[in-house]
Amino acid sequence: MSANMSPAGWETVIGLEIHAQLATRSKIFSGSATTYGAAPNAQANLVDLGYPGVLPVLNGAAVRMAVKFGLAIGARIAQASVFARKNYFYPDLPKGYQISQYELPIVAGGAIDIVLEDGTSKRVGVTRAHLEEDAGKSLHEGLPGVTGIDLNRAGTPLVEIVSEPDMRSAKEAVAYMKKVHTLVRYLEICDGNMQEGSFRCDANVSVRRRGAEKFGTRAEIKNLNSFRFIEKAINYEVARQIDLLESGGKVQQETRLYDPDKGETRSMRSKEEANDYRYFPDPDLLPVVVDDALISAVRSSLPELPDQKAARFCSDYGLSEYDAGVLTASRELASYYEAVVQELPREPKLAANWVMGELAAALNKEGLEIDSGKLPAGRLARLLERIADRTISGKIAKEVFEQMWSSGADADAIIETKGLKQITDTGAIEKAIEEVMARNPGQLAEYRSGKDKLFGFFVGQVMKATGGKANPAQLNELLKTKLR
Amino acid sequence: MTLAQLAKGLRARDFSSVELVRGFLDRIEAHQPVLNAMISVTREPALAAAQAADQDLARDAGGPLTGLPIVHKDLFCTEGVRTTCGSRMLDNFVSPYDATVVAKLKSAGAVALGKSNMDEFAMGSSNETSFYGPVRNPWNTDLVPGGSSGGSAAAVAARLAPAATATDTGGSIRQPAALCGVTGVKPTYGRVSRYGMVAFASSLDQGGVIATTSEDAALVLREMAGFDPNDSTSVDIPVPDYVATLNEPLAGLRIGLLKEFFDKGLDRENEERVREALRVYQRLGATLREVSLPNLPLSVPAYYVVAPAECSSNLARFDGVRYGHRCKDPRDLMDLYKRSRGEGFGAEVKRRIMTGTYVLSAGYYDAYYLKAQKVRQLIAADFARAFKEVDVLMGPTTPTPAFAIGAKTEDPITMYLNDIYTIGANLAGLPGVSVPCGFVDGLPVGLQIVGPHFAEGKLLNAAHIYQRETDWHTRVPERFA
Repeated sequence: MSANMSPAGWETVIGLEIHAQLATRSKIFSGSATTYGAAPNAQANLVDLGYPGVLPVLNGAAVRMAVKFGLAIGARIAQASVFARKNYFYPDLPKGYQISQYELPIVAGGAIDIVLEDGTSKRVGVTRAHLEEDAGKSLHEGLPGVTGIDLNRAGTPLVEIVSEPDMRSAKEAVAYMKKVHTLVRYLEICDGNMQEGSFRCDANVSVRRRGAEKFGTRAEIKNLNSFRFIEKAINYEVARQIDLLESGGKVQQETRLYDPDKGETRSMRSKEEANDYRYFPDPDLLPVVVDDALISAVRSSLPELPDQKAARFCSDYGLSEYDAGVLTASRELASYYEAVVQELPREPKLAANWVMGELAAALNKEGLEIDSGKLPAGRLARLLERIADRTISGKIAKEVFEQMWSSGADADAIIETKGLKQITDTGAIEKAIEEVMARNPGQLAEYRSGKDKLFGFFVGQVMKATGGKANPAQLNELLKTKLR
Repeated sequence: MTLAQLAKGLRARDFSSVELVRGFLDRIEAHQPVLNAMISVTREPALAAAQAADQDLARDAGGPLTGLPIVHKDLFCTEGVRTTCGSRMLDNFVSPYDATVVAKLKSAGAVALGKSNMDEFAMGSSNETSFYGPVRNPWNTDLVPGGSSGGSAAAVAARLAPAATATDTGGSIRQPAALCGVTGVKPTYGRVSRYGMVAFASSLDQGGVIATTSEDAALVLREMAGFDPNDSTSVDIPVPDYVATLNEPLAGLRIGLLKEFFDKGLDRENEERVREALRVYQRLGATLREVSLPNLPLSVPAYYVVAPAECSSNLARFDGVRYGHRCKDPRDLMDLYKRSRGEGFGAEVKRRIMTGTYVLSAGYYDAYYLKAQKVRQLIAADFARAFKEVDVLMGPTTPTPAFAIGAKTEDPITMYLNDIYTIGANLAGLPGVSVPCGFVDGLPVGLQIVGPHFAEGKLLNAAHIYQRETDWHTRVPERFA
């Protein structure tokens, strides 16, 4: 089954609504700070609390960030966009309405390109991206019998990025989500912290018979805040819908929640129970005017975008599209990789393999970020240089890497003190081969009578004899001649 | 005495601010049982502020209003003093901050005496919807003072304060000013900050002032007006010196008579007083011409869609969670909402919340809200066209003089029609003034003057010259003289 196939002739259709918290210092309509983790309600002023008589004042930084995102995805920036009120009652919504953009969003009509693991690429349309304020949250833990309200998050600026229903599998949805995640961090408009809720999404999921033109009835899975959950939740939901339809049932249009403990989605509210939000333009705010001067100022502040960087990595370093995608997934990773390549200009591929392989695994194991400083790019480059100049083999290099990682010592020092320098002296290798042949006459005879498989046995024995230091290419060459 | 005269008296040390303030506080106290014009009286803080003002005055320091008493409509938030909006919902609400208007008048030196009564959340035209009981008209205490700024108008008419802040969403400054025989100014939308004014209908609400004379209104408005970074809808253009232009001659002033205002709904005698006032203007060299605003008759229906729609959303924050009325022992969240709001709001407020919720509902939005907004644009365009031909528009402020308490409470539509002449200016965001122009059966009636955006100076000028020629504004109800 390829990534694009659903079971038994069904096709999955997915659209995502991503909420990215904008990295402004203050809230979207008030001067309160947006720092995460403050004591409850310590970052809620009278505007955030919805006091009588207070009024919202738009934070210009949030507008510039939304424009930045729009420009990065090739979207249209509205000259005038309008804030509307989304009316509903909830204790964590102090005003009884959320200020959002409805009919006239600030960004409309862009696209995001994704590359899947199997190398296929795809363009996902972005219908719109609009500015809105976040709500607060209700607290239950440690408050028996009552509900607490924390309005620190109320009024935090969000950009909601709404995709077209262009994705056809959970893997595509994850790839899209990751790409947007990459993009917002490149643009420095969102810290991308999913645990803290800075980046989360709702997934609209439906299935239809392959070949059918009409979309099936969709369910919306709310508030997914990890890439793993998104994939699992969508896969669960797809299976649920197909089961339902195949057993003659109907999918209800509804909002569902994903329970990560049980690994299932369950109904939250049906379409009938859905709120009538009574949207109307917020009379307290003027239309958001974005003029050409602002657009060109923001445009000139755009960094090299992930797609541009990936294309450059492909053409300059000869990387595959997928590798280039992985290495450009964050600005930090890309610049680390480029720092390695700068010291090792002839081995970009080797550098790519090590950064994505050993280094990524080691970081991952310790939960460290690429910019943690644990292994500066220059030090990794010096290790790779020793592979390139055949001082050590790739296999030995892994050993050296491990010691560099744990001790913090330099590659050369480790190679020197541990005597790991590769044997490239033909005479020495030949001598070792001859000794192995002398010790293993039986295997030698078998090999010579046609048991080719035993070649590996001899390689292993010689490597063992040389402490793994024999240059593998030379060893192969010499062994072939000697064994003949 | 007018505010301007009192200011001179203070500067000349004819009397102190403490004496002045105490005098007005005593009048408030004496007449409160009859008029019910006030919700809160802040005697001690007022006297303390007056004392401080006297020290400033002794040093010839202070601002243009230093030591002068004023009353605030009870929907302007006042730090440390409760702000009720005439509602049980906010009976216990003490604002932690001052509205911009309150802060500006404070820094200009004005001394706040207390908070005036009003229709609940400014929804009403008779001051009968107040949780604190109706305000009575000083000219006849069986009658309403108008609304929603009925407390402010009655207080000024009965000389309980020389001036009062007020707000006007559909006529709430001009109509009570007319029915109480005082001068009311509703500025251009955006001229005065709405920050700290508890919102009724955000796109229509505008703070203003009620005083006995146009000159006094100009004195206060000059201090109230101006751009406020806390209100995105306030307009960033300089505030002219309204006082300096009061005496400009009116020769050549082009006055438009609103044809639609002199309709069959207008009381004959009320019309006669307005026409007499127009003759005064003619004598002063102004020219009259009839002007038609064909869409103006649609203003009441358009208003009663837009205003309730905005109110239904603005009043959603009163949910019993953070402040204001909370029902006893709520069973669950829904019970908390239902009972807190059910108990906290009065009938008229509920009616408007329901109307507003309905017109914004899915499937009705286009037919009501959107259409009303279009009508609003047409009305604004009508006004704009008229102001190409005339400098100001004049007509009656109300169709009739004050009516009896209880006379219209059973029929909201009749009540709503009381604002038929004032609503247009709100829909178009225009400034309007009401000045006393005579009496019908012993009850005052008002002349309304409406101008283009930011023409407050011209309106106050026209009103002031008229008041130099007439003495209607000097009349005080016998009982309060």
